[in-house]
Amino acid sequence: MQLVLEKRAERSGTIALISPLIAIGLTIVTMVILFAILGKNPLLALHAYFIAPLTDSYSLQEIAVKATPLVMIAIGLSLCYLANAWNIGAEGQFLIGAVAGSWIAVKTQGTDAGVWVLPAMLVLAAAAGALYALIPAICKVKFGASEILTSLMLVYVADLFLDYLVRGPWRDPQGFNFPTTAEFDPVATVPLLIEGGRLHLGSIIALFVVAAAAILLGRTIKGFEIRVVGAAPRAARFGGFNANQLIILTFAVSGALAGLAGIIEVAGPVGHLQPGISPGYGFTAIIVAFLGRLNPLGILIAGLFLALTFIGGEQAQIAMKIPLDVTKVFQGILLFYVLACDSLILYRFKLVFPNRQVASGTH
Amino acid sequence: MELIEAIILAVLAASTPLLIAATGELVTERSGVLNLGVEGMMIVGAACGFAGAWFTGSVFIGALFGIVAGMLMSLVFALMALGLAVNQVATGLALTILGIGLSGLIGAGFVGERITPAVHLYIPGLTDIPLIGRVLFGEDGFVYFSIALIVGVWWFLYRTRAGLILRACGDNHVSAHALGYPVLRIRTFAVMFGGACAGLAGAYLPLAYTPFFIPGMTAGRGWIALALVVFASWRPGRLVVGAYLFGAVTILQLHAQGWGVGIPSQFMSALPYLATVIVLVLLSRARTGGSTAPAALGTVFVPDR
Repeated sequence: MQLVLEKRAERSGTIALISPLIAIGLTIVTMVILFAILGKNPLLALHAYFIAPLTDSYSLQEIAVKATPLVMIAIGLSLCYLANAWNIGAEGQFLIGAVAGSWIAVKTQGTDAGVWVLPAMLVLAAAAGALYALIPAICKVKFGASEILTSLMLVYVADLFLDYLVRGPWRDPQGFNFPTTAEFDPVATVPLLIEGGRLHLGSIIALFVVAAAAILLGRTIKGFEIRVVGAAPRAARFGGFNANQLIILTFAVSGALAGLAGIIEVAGPVGHLQPGISPGYGFTAIIVAFLGRLNPLGILIAGLFLALTFIGGEQAQIAMKIPLDVTKVFQGILLFYVLACDSLILYRFKLVFPNRQVASGTH
Repeated sequence: MELIEAIILAVLAASTPLLIAATGELVTERSGVLNLGVEGMMIVGAACGFAGAWFTGSVFIGALFGIVAGMLMSLVFALMALGLAVNQVATGLALTILGIGLSGLIGAGFVGERITPAVHLYIPGLTDIPLIGRVLFGEDGFVYFSIALIVGVWWFLYRTRAGLILRACGDNHVSAHALGYPVLRIRTFAVMFGGACAGLAGAYLPLAYTPFFIPGMTAGRGWIALALVVFASWRPGRLVVGAYLFGAVTILQLHAQGWGVGIPSQFMSALPYLATVIVLVLLSRARTGGSTAPAALGTVFVPDR
């Protein structure tokens, strides 16, 4: 017995729509098995993961807060992946954006700087993220160096740079030697949407980003170019589209969005710069991008879903002592199933028995 | 003299996991498959290797656990990338994300535990020769194995018929298929070999490099191994040079931190990663005439029948 792939005459639209749902279903089945192996009641664990966070206002807000960076980064990454440019260093661009924006916050601390501080931080963070993403993009276009490896290496560099700043020059003198800057001033903080709640302005910005990406991809020539260069490079060359220019553009946009997400996270929910500001948003966003089928609206839904797993994972850890790493395993398995189900869009899976295969092997 | 010997020993120890993992990936890529999951397979190999050694008290069995764990991970990759023709870049990333989670889950119970690390060879007389004695005759088994491994891979790739067929699959899978070679099966074996090597390289870290397990202890070594394969232009001989060069950079920055050079330690720690970027750029630039990569590297192959 052998598994054989048979190319479909055209890509299946139905499966393109339902494949993320099949993937989520298969992941949940796998998780039930994993919970059972860990000796936890699978039903209670699933409840803690997927239902409990949806039942109170605090958790619902927290899901939106966590989804904000995921969606913003994933939108940028989806542009890259559509154009067949592999930016996997969003985590580093996120951190550099956080650092660059924090620079203004740290330098204006305690001064009577006005309301310009936060906008300036957002702009600088986006610019820094874009510049940081341009390093691998230019190395790729000018020298042909693999953007996968260079963008990833720069994650470690960004992480160490942030670590240096908060342990060295930017450390809060009143911080009891903890590696952190002082709390940002109110003018350097992302405003909350609900007084006393968790939801902040960043979530609105993320929604704007989703809408802008939907317009870019669906309604503009640039968006069309991005999709053609990725899907049919030869056709794009005949069409006179410049693939290198699109690599630069998509990397810059995704870097800017990751950088913006970084400063929003620091100036919003966290409130100061410190190591470990990201529980791997830059990497989880890769899953979000694929689960959302590289489509802006899909990414919004996928971002909310993965944010749910973050919050659910925390609650499951508190309520049932399920290790936090289960969330990462869950996310990894989910990406596998998403990719496998995507294969169904282009191919039909068939089981072939060897003797039959010999008989039909002559054509 | 003592210091030079100590540095050489440390460089060998730091280079060995890079060399083992990169050797495996070289074979995988030579068959035309780009498995970006090296980091994930390594970290699972590290956790399982430590678990194996902790339960049995044997470093050898720990290493076997690491190998099997890496191989199982690579089988998942093979099923996806070869069986279901999924994009190899995305699958490799998924493997790394999964591996980091799994290793945390497996290794959680072992954090803070210690094992007896791998023993070093000792031949009376030979090992006591100053300067070169311990370097040549006083290493642990992993170091000798890594050298045997790369020599074996060189011999296999360039001196055997099977190696020629494997390279043919990597350069032109359509022709290899037309000649009747089972491309996907050959690639599956190559991927599994790569997984076994990555698992062993990961296991080396808690079994010989440090005698304990820390989550995330591979610290990007899997990615550096991937860069090394590019650095080596997919050739075993250059891979050895590259691996020891990178090991040397790692150790030199550690020593520089110890000597109190007035540079913040984080900048020194960033050196191996920055060096990787710079080397990739310089090499890719020198090679503008034509790529030395296997021609079919990373492309999906679905046999028509």
